[in-house]
Amino acid sequence: MASIAIRNLLHDKIRLSVTLTGIIFAVVLVAVQTGLFLGFTTTTTNVIDNSRADFWVTSRNVEYIEAGVPFPDKQLYRALRVPGVAEAQKYIVRFGVLKKPDGANANCEIIGFDPQRPFGGPWNVDEGDVASLALPDTVMVDRFYMQKLGVTHLGQTVEIRNIRARVVGFTKGIRTFTTAPLVFTSYKNAQKYTGLDSNQTMFLLVKAAPGVELARLRGTLEASMDNVDVLPTREFSRRTNFYWMFGTGAGITVIMAAVLGLIVGIVVVAQTIYAATVDHIREFGTLKAMGATNGYIYRIILKQAVASAIVGYAVAIAIAIGVEYSSRGGGANIVLPPGVRAALFGLTLFMCVSAAMVSINKVTKIDPALVFKG
Amino acid sequence: MHSAIEVRSLTKVYAEGAAATRALDNVDVDVNRGEVLLLMGPSGSGKTTLVSIMGCILRATSGSVKIAGREVARLPERELPAVRLNYIGFVFQGFNLFPALTAAENVEVALNLKGIRGSQARARARSLLDEVGLAEKVHALPADLSGGQKQRVAIARALAGDPEIILADEPTAALDKTNGRLVMDMLRDLAHRRGRAVAIVTHDNRVLEYADRVVHIEDGRVGAVMSGNEAMEFTGVEA
Repeated sequence: MASIAIRNLLHDKIRLSVTLTGIIFAVVLVAVQTGLFLGFTTTTTNVIDNSRADFWVTSRNVEYIEAGVPFPDKQLYRALRVPGVAEAQKYIVRFGVLKKPDGANANCEIIGFDPQRPFGGPWNVDEGDVASLALPDTVMVDRFYMQKLGVTHLGQTVEIRNIRARVVGFTKGIRTFTTAPLVFTSYKNAQKYTGLDSNQTMFLLVKAAPGVELARLRGTLEASMDNVDVLPTREFSRRTNFYWMFGTGAGITVIMAAVLGLIVGIVVVAQTIYAATVDHIREFGTLKAMGATNGYIYRIILKQAVASAIVGYAVAIAIAIGVEYSSRGGGANIVLPPGVRAALFGLTLFMCVSAAMVSINKVTKIDPALVFKG
Repeated sequence: MHSAIEVRSLTKVYAEGAAATRALDNVDVDVNRGEVLLLMGPSGSGKTTLVSIMGCILRATSGSVKIAGREVARLPERELPAVRLNYIGFVFQGFNLFPALTAAENVEVALNLKGIRGSQARARARSLLDEVGLAEKVHALPADLSGGQKQRVAIARALAGDPEIILADEPTAALDKTNGRLVMDMLRDLAHRRGRAVAIVTHDNRVLEYADRVVHIEDGRVGAVMSGNEAMEFTGVEA
């Protein structure tokens, strides 16, 4: 026999639909907001996270990657002299203005690196060769932003700071949080495009030699250079993410929406499970009269809550995955890795079981004599 | 006859102080095996309170209740479900069937509570429904059953645990004459042929003919106690 819990759920299909709708709404909302948050996190720090460097050297107290302040490039040579440093390069991240073929301007974020080095350059290259960025006046952009930058084909020429920039390659899936598309180019080109003084740099990227203890290397680098911060890549990434997510309020907004979604879900599910419990109160009283313990009845209510959670989650996650998939073509990137999906299931169970507690409390206080009322 | 239920000096007071209501006052009643006992009286006389206490659903304020020789009035709350499960079957005025379950599944629930599951429970449920003349209705939902059929399912469910005692509260109130007789025939059969102790709360004079004993309750006290025939004579009901 299918349990009383499941049969009671299926018996009142309208109420079940309401319960499931509440769960689905809440889980989709939480999933999308969480996915947005993770997507934002990815895009705010993707240049740092994909740099393949061990350290970022910045001017003092740089809060996030877009806030870099120029410092003397001679620091590069001090870094290269430190034992344990395998490679180091100068690096530019700076906003610029791109002039499109139709004459309109578009903001962009220029990334200048050394194409001869194996780190700091673009990733997910879809067309073209990173090595060709060593040529004068060459850039690489992401396919997603082609229209925004007025780029229609490989080899097309645009202008940055009245200097021509020939598109020699495309990446795929490199998004930007600031809405200014990333434009990869050589360090030398970037100096021209951003107007950075020839004896200055915005950052240094440092790679440690294999087997070197990074904490100790950090200390040595800090001692070797002055008026700069030496940040492990992960730390600079966290710092940048924290600024954009919480310094600007963008992350708080997303998190609040997720929390609100969860609260709404709990309230809706609690209300429907409670209403169902009240509707079935005579049955629960009868079960007690027949010799069922309180624990037996609690298990019925919890089974209903868990069954609702499982079905609601299955539908909700399918919707959320659909939203994630469709977001890849849009401006906002929603990311839902398997761990997050699993955590959402746990959250759904928590939501439904919490909602059932109100009903369990009600059942505990059943007036025994109600079974005798006609 | 041996008493399945012995009630002595039973008192039940609801609320306290000025608002206190004495629903039962010093009641002595026995429910014997092999006997149909009717508890009769006007509304509010305390009949349902008495049967609730006998069934370990309500707690008495004072007095003694023994079920199968065991004192239950002062048992801890957590031990009462086991007493109900092992000794008592209930039949309710409103049938109290589970609407989402079929007739057989309603009976299986009671068997599951006794630890009988799966094919054994299904077979036993069908057997019980067959006993009450509902073999062809095993897959019917309560909504598809008449009042009489529902009450017979309820009786089958009450018998699932093989209890010594059947407590029925107004079992014929929602039934027409024919179905009422059918149900009362079954309850009498349970007492006389199967040796159960059957106590029935009722207003219905039509069931007097089934009674071995009639206890009148009025204002929470036991009034007259008479045989079924005496009660019929007294009320002028013909057999």
